[in-house]
Amino acid sequence: MIQALSGQLLVGLINGSFYALLSLGLAIIFGLLDVVNFAHGAQYMLGAFAAWMALTYLGIGYGWALVLVPIVVGALGVLVERLFLRRLYGIDPLYGLLLTFGLALVVEGLFHHAYGNSGNAYPVPEALQGGVSLGFMFLPIYRAWVVLVSAAVCGTSWFVIERTRLGAYLRAGTENPKMLQAFGVNVPLMFTITYGFGVALAAFAGVMAAPVYQVSPAMGSSIIIVVFAVVVIGGMGSILGSIVTGVALGLVEGLTKFAWPEASGVVVFVVMALVLLVRPAGLFGRQR
Amino acid sequence: MIRSAVAVLAALATAVLGAQLARAQAPAAGKISGDVVRIGVLTDMTGYYSDLAGPGSVTAAKMAVEDFGGKVLGKPIDVISADHQNKADIASNTARRWFDEQGVDVIADLVSSSTAGAVMPVAAEKKRITLLSGPGTTEFTGDKCTAYNVHYTYNTWAMANGTGAQVVKTGGDSWFFVTADYIFGKSLESDTANVVKASGGKVLGAARHPSPGTTDFSSYLLQAQASGAKIVGLANAGADTVNSVKQANEFGITKKQHLAGLLIFLSDIHALGLQAAQGLYATTAFYWDMNDDTRKWSKRFFERQKKMPTMVQAGVYSSVMHYLEAVKAAGTDDADAVMKKMKETPVNDFFAKNGRIGPDGLHRHDMYLVQVKSPAESKYPWDYYKVLKTIPAAEAFPTVEAQKCPLVK
Repeated sequence: MIQALSGQLLVGLINGSFYALLSLGLAIIFGLLDVVNFAHGAQYMLGAFAAWMALTYLGIGYGWALVLVPIVVGALGVLVERLFLRRLYGIDPLYGLLLTFGLALVVEGLFHHAYGNSGNAYPVPEALQGGVSLGFMFLPIYRAWVVLVSAAVCGTSWFVIERTRLGAYLRAGTENPKMLQAFGVNVPLMFTITYGFGVALAAFAGVMAAPVYQVSPAMGSSIIIVVFAVVVIGGMGSILGSIVTGVALGLVEGLTKFAWPEASGVVVFVVMALVLLVRPAGLFGRQR
Repeated sequence: MIRSAVAVLAALATAVLGAQLARAQAPAAGKISGDVVRIGVLTDMTGYYSDLAGPGSVTAAKMAVEDFGGKVLGKPIDVISADHQNKADIASNTARRWFDEQGVDVIADLVSSSTAGAVMPVAAEKKRITLLSGPGTTEFTGDKCTAYNVHYTYNTWAMANGTGAQVVKTGGDSWFFVTADYIFGKSLESDTANVVKASGGKVLGAARHPSPGTTDFSSYLLQAQASGAKIVGLANAGADTVNSVKQANEFGITKKQHLAGLLIFLSDIHALGLQAAQGLYATTAFYWDMNDDTRKWSKRFFERQKKMPTMVQAGVYSSVMHYLEAVKAAGTDDADAVMKKMKETPVNDFFAKNGRIGPDGLHRHDMYLVQVKSPAESKYPWDYYKVLKTIPAAEAFPTVEAQKCPLVK
């Protein structure tokens, strides 16, 4: 009983790390740009596919993919921001949502056309293969790696945004971009970089996910809904909120899978509804 | 507004095509209606099932027509295709349009059960034939049977029975199910559980996962692991199965336990890779690398499609070929006469040996219990299965009596 429960909680922690990694990028983009980035799932999928392509066509392994893929996909994000998103600042956020949603559909459609639906397998990198027996469960080394890396990336991002001068500029830009510009800060450039960074985070999560899930065009759309729920529960735009909620919801889901497996698909949304009833701005959000 | 405009357009189109329609529908006895035998491949071209059926099914139908010589009774044979997008309404509307306006004589494939279920009554009403290769529901030759339908390749009963009974016989006598929590998964689980118990095995439990929408199966797999069952039965399909298998390998489950896929296609194994899929049990109607005949045909298919055929695609070829032979033997494309011939004549080709289409429309043929090879055992590309056992037709499919098709008195 206790054994099974500990196993499920650990699995919940692993899933929560993925949620945190994905919702972090979403929260940064929303918090600083006021854009609801519906393309996040597609960008996550792009990350996984880019890793698979790098390995299959160019022989570039997992380690390099972890560095290169976020840069490449992030650069694509920069392009999207420059060409499209930029024109939508200052008007209803709904337009940004529709634009990114459309982009996501186009990108997923293209990959579907080119690679079919079954997807491709990406092997677990050799150094991280195998696992250790913890007594109550067999923990694959790769999953432990996911937890560590996610904690490191989330921690660093939080620190940069909340505790450094660069982060202070970013936060000031969301409060009052005109004022910040008056101080000589290049605000449009800052926005571009922020979006690129958010997209790079999604791609990074995609590379992390590639060895665990099948690399398929639909992988983003199946996880993105939960990630949106995480961001809403945490408070739209709250960096800390998205990280804490991501991990916490992973654990809640793990518990549900233990107690009542059939309900595990809805539990996240039940929590979301309850939180919104009590705190409409989310757990860590402030009323705007 | 748009709806009414569409309705007006549809009415106009119907009126304009009226003359053509009359011509297409007038069946001259003993002849070919419309002076052409038109085969419609209605399948999933871009969605979940496009890899196991889809464009490959269209290729298979075209190959059958070419191999037949492109003509029957002196009239040309034509293949058209459309994407039913796995939506029942699109499937039945397309079928209706094909029958009424384009003189389609037979519809092949219909890859999901909902689309097949929507098209079968339309075809029966119009007296045209359906050759089901993709869908699995056993009811198509049971409660829902029609006089103009052939369920050709497999059904879920055969999958559950093949894998369930045969795996118990080879020693896998305790089972735990990982089940997709909706009607398809549950019925697959209960069918298989019944077979396992009837064969002397035990069912230790089941974990049901929401579907679609589950990407992480580790929780369910841990429960399967903790159960200590020898066999973990995967009562799910498509992406769910692929992710379950992949993660079962990751969590070391396949070291002590074996997986049994209850609905697995060659395209799934190709997507997974042998490293993850090795050791998995499955039942299949066809495997490309069984003998010279299967290899010869499959290599030709590969040249065109760049993939080895799944059982669904091979079934499309075989069913279309059997249909054309029946047209030739009957001397007409009149559906009643052709169905009679198809049911009278055994199927003997690379796909089936002595296959028989029963009065309920179910094609009963041998099935095969297979196990996925390890990377070391696989010697060349697409060398994926070890054929463990041939399941004779009589055991592989339910009997005519058991199917309870209302047409069979």
